[in-house]
Amino acid sequence: VPPPTSPRSHCARRTTFPRGHCGEASEPLARQNGGGGAGLRWGLAPGVAALAPWVPVVGLEIHAQISSNSKLFSGSQVQFAAPPNSLVSFFDASLPGTLPVLNRRCVEAAVMTGLALNCSINKKSLFDRKHYFYADLPAGYQITQQRVPIAVNGSLSYSLCIDNKMSQMVTKTVRIKQIQLEQDSGKSLHDDSRSQTLVDLNRAGVGLMEVVMEPDMCCGEEAAAAVRELQLILQTLGSSQAIMAEGQLRVDANVSVHHPGEPYGVRTEVKNINSIRFLAKAIDYEIQRQIEELENGGTILNETRAFDSKLGCTVPMRDKEGMQDYRFMPEPNLPPLILYDTKSLPANVNHQQVVNIDWIHERLPDLPSAKRAKLVELYGILPEHSFTLVNEDGLTEFFENVLKQTQMKPKKVIGWILNDLLSYLKQHSCTVKESPVSSVLLADLLNLLEKKEISASAAKQVFEELWKGEGKTPLEIVKEKQLQLIEDREELEQICQAVIDEHEKEVMAIKAGNQKIVNKLIGLVQRATQGRSNPVLVKQILEKKLSE
Amino acid sequence: MLRASLRQVSAALKEGQVTPTELCQRCLSLIKSTKLLNAYITVAEETALKQAEESEKRYRRGQPLGILDGIPIAVKDNFNTAGIETTCASNMLKGYIPPYNATVVQKLQDQGAVLLGKTNLDEFAMGSGSTDGVFGPVRNPWSYSRQYKEKSVPKSDSEREEFKWVITGGSSGGSAAAVSSFTCFAALGSDTGGSTRNPAAHCGVVGLKPTYGLISRHGLIPLVNSMDVPGILTRCVDDAAVVLGSLAGHDPKDSTTIQDVFQPFELPSLPDVSKLCIGIPKEYNAPGLSSEILSVWSKAADLFKNAGAKVIEVSLPHTRYSIVCYHVLCTAEVASNMARFDGLEYGHRSDVNKSTESMYAATRREGFNDVVRGRILSGNYFLLKQNYENYFVKAQKVRRLIANDFVKVFGSGVDILLTPTTLKDAVPYMEFIKEDNRTRSTQDDILTQAANMAGLPAINVPTALSERGLPVGLQFIGRSFQEKQLLTVAKWFEKQVKFPMIQLEEVKGA
Repeated sequence: VPPPTSPRSHCARRTTFPRGHCGEASEPLARQNGGGGAGLRWGLAPGVAALAPWVPVVGLEIHAQISSNSKLFSGSQVQFAAPPNSLVSFFDASLPGTLPVLNRRCVEAAVMTGLALNCSINKKSLFDRKHYFYADLPAGYQITQQRVPIAVNGSLSYSLCIDNKMSQMVTKTVRIKQIQLEQDSGKSLHDDSRSQTLVDLNRAGVGLMEVVMEPDMCCGEEAAAAVRELQLILQTLGSSQAIMAEGQLRVDANVSVHHPGEPYGVRTEVKNINSIRFLAKAIDYEIQRQIEELENGGTILNETRAFDSKLGCTVPMRDKEGMQDYRFMPEPNLPPLILYDTKSLPANVNHQQVVNIDWIHERLPDLPSAKRAKLVELYGILPEHSFTLVNEDGLTEFFENVLKQTQMKPKKVIGWILNDLLSYLKQHSCTVKESPVSSVLLADLLNLLEKKEISASAAKQVFEELWKGEGKTPLEIVKEKQLQLIEDREELEQICQAVIDEHEKEVMAIKAGNQKIVNKLIGLVQRATQGRSNPVLVKQILEKKLSE
Repeated sequence: MLRASLRQVSAALKEGQVTPTELCQRCLSLIKSTKLLNAYITVAEETALKQAEESEKRYRRGQPLGILDGIPIAVKDNFNTAGIETTCASNMLKGYIPPYNATVVQKLQDQGAVLLGKTNLDEFAMGSGSTDGVFGPVRNPWSYSRQYKEKSVPKSDSEREEFKWVITGGSSGGSAAAVSSFTCFAALGSDTGGSTRNPAAHCGVVGLKPTYGLISRHGLIPLVNSMDVPGILTRCVDDAAVVLGSLAGHDPKDSTTIQDVFQPFELPSLPDVSKLCIGIPKEYNAPGLSSEILSVWSKAADLFKNAGAKVIEVSLPHTRYSIVCYHVLCTAEVASNMARFDGLEYGHRSDVNKSTESMYAATRREGFNDVVRGRILSGNYFLLKQNYENYFVKAQKVRRLIANDFVKVFGSGVDILLTPTTLKDAVPYMEFIKEDNRTRSTQDDILTQAANMAGLPAINVPTALSERGLPVGLQFIGRSFQEKQLLTVAKWFEKQVKFPMIQLEEVKGA
């Protein structure tokens, strides 16, 4: 199904294109492309060093399925992966004589999203019909908001890290041109062997918010970071589940390249991107392809391309819709959508009949950026840590649950969350929810550590055991593996003495003033006790013995 | 009994003078004997008798649902009727049995009305003669009236007879003919540019086009969504008020219906027009208006004057642009509305299966007649990006000007406008089809269309017989949602003119 045309004017942006933008952009791009070492820049093919670098321009059109019990204009249920054609009302199937009835929930979701994206909400917006023939578009037109969308002129701030270092994060902003309400189409399943097309209308008429982002980005990574932030916002608001794999968030990228100071290049539209990782890949591939094409004397066609995730490249789509005239016209069966604020709300109005923007505004939940700031303030953790906490689904809750059950300081807990838990999760491709180590277990473990019953290295061993998910408590594991700290000072003194005795050379060095060698001895004691000794205590004993 | 008004027959049902089943059977047999009129596309005999039986049970229990209980009615075949074929007189929907009732049909049934069948029309209501449907033209019952036969030179030759029968007007010609020939007591039509009032005028019945937004369009297969209104055809003004009362009001399924609660009303038995101001729009003395109708119109104005009403000439200067404006808006919406007929979900599907696109093309070529295809083509032309501003947007602006004309006139103190409904009386079919559909529609909608542009309520009241013994009607146009005032004036007028009842002879053709 062809997307709505994107009535964006490149010319309008030409003068305002920020200079700093390109410079900044070339850094991450160069890194990505070069893969380290060579430091290749976009467009600087070997031997063409004299040319100015290419500047890629990326804009996005994002369709977010509204999380709602029923469709945008009908009472049919919305559900993913229901049996084909089981969620189709007469209206969805475009039976003659049926009329659209706007779903209030979808309007509220769009207003919420618009507010969260700093948009101005249009108090009056309009619906239009966009015509094209396609098997999964039963009415022969899509109801959308072409002329006056529900929200306009917003912005989205997102952060991304430089050189893959969490410590080097930059924050950028992309302008939101508009958010429009529109109907989703059904799904066509092509059975080439029988030369049949099967149509499933379950999705037909589901509410979509189309978020149009201005071409303010310049590489796959930026686009990916922006989309991830948008996804978090939508999920926080509950206006969309925004799961890309289930098609609730669909991203089309408009990509072009040009030389600095020159007009924008011809753009292509890349579709069929079903994960954020692929989004970055698809865009970067497309940028590189365009540059190579141009440098080889070719031209870029204004076309729609599909990303093939297996091959990792974009290929032209059989694009019959390219030159289509959608013959837009006002939807005559829907009156203008009027929204109110507290000031304009008419008296004696039925509250079920109206949407009050102020009311929604007051009830907006904390957005991801606010959540991050709160985490930093509340727990004294680093901003980049808060970023990871918020961006990983469920991680903040996990972190806070651990905190509730442990005396350990947040700054120490965050290390366990980010270094241990998260790396295990990543290694095993698990989500936080799927973690075999629950927040209770981790808190128990950290409490043992905090009470100095085990050492840090023993704690790591316990964590490894916990990950196996055998149902043992940290304490049981500690006992079973005899990982508890040696509390008997005499025993510890004996072990220390043994180490001193066996390492005359080191002892000499220490006595000569090289205090650093003490650490080596501490390590040896740790090894001898299999991590069961308290390093602070060991240090005390060693220092005492050595000074004797 | 069948010639009685709806209110009279309702009283008879209540008093047990006739049972719903008897009434239904009588109507059904009259439908059979007047089959030549071709007023009905589908006669729902079985379900009608079942509904009559149910109604009879209610009467026996002494619990009828109201004034409509047991009343046989007919519905234009562009309203969805659950389980009963709904064709729009098009090959595209031949055999299509909808799974749901239009809101108006549901309301009638909920109040006990008996649905006799679906009435004939121009394909998808595109026409003004009821001659352009796939099931053939509707014949005006007045063709078979003593009044018409007496006035026209008697011809024994049966072929000549065939040449004589006149059209009903349209596009709700089937409904008008059904009411006029006494096969039902009320019928639903639809009115986009005059489709209820025009055939009402030609068939000598009352035809009411209510204010846009007063009656739900849900289930009415659209022609022009922004102008379509379900229309009401009855034998008298009081009956129209009854049917209006049973249909009007907000429908959650139609977002263009008004939220305000509608209060059904009864019309005063002795209406008074002496305090009213009747406007006579000079532009309605249009080229082509027959002198006969002009004189009926001016006599009507005198009636009001004599009754003490203030009668003044007014101007609706943009009326003359209405036809061309309507053409653009109508075809554009038609092009859009007809896009859904692609052969996939319902309706006709061509055997051509080389590709989806070729199937679409063949389906639409086979399913639609020339008139529909022509309007789709022009509509799509007007909606093209390069034409949109010059045609569609301009037409919308003109529409606003036309609507503003009415606002100004009504704002100046005029209560009701009085105009002719048609330029002349009904013409013989053979004459009518000499012109193409577009030319005909252009001429025939000229006096009725502006009310649709402005969304105003309007009613045709049968007024007199022409020299040829055919009905002539006049139109009253009222203020938005002021149906009560409009119908009150119409009722007063109806009482004054005493329009003769049709003396229907045997309906027999060659």
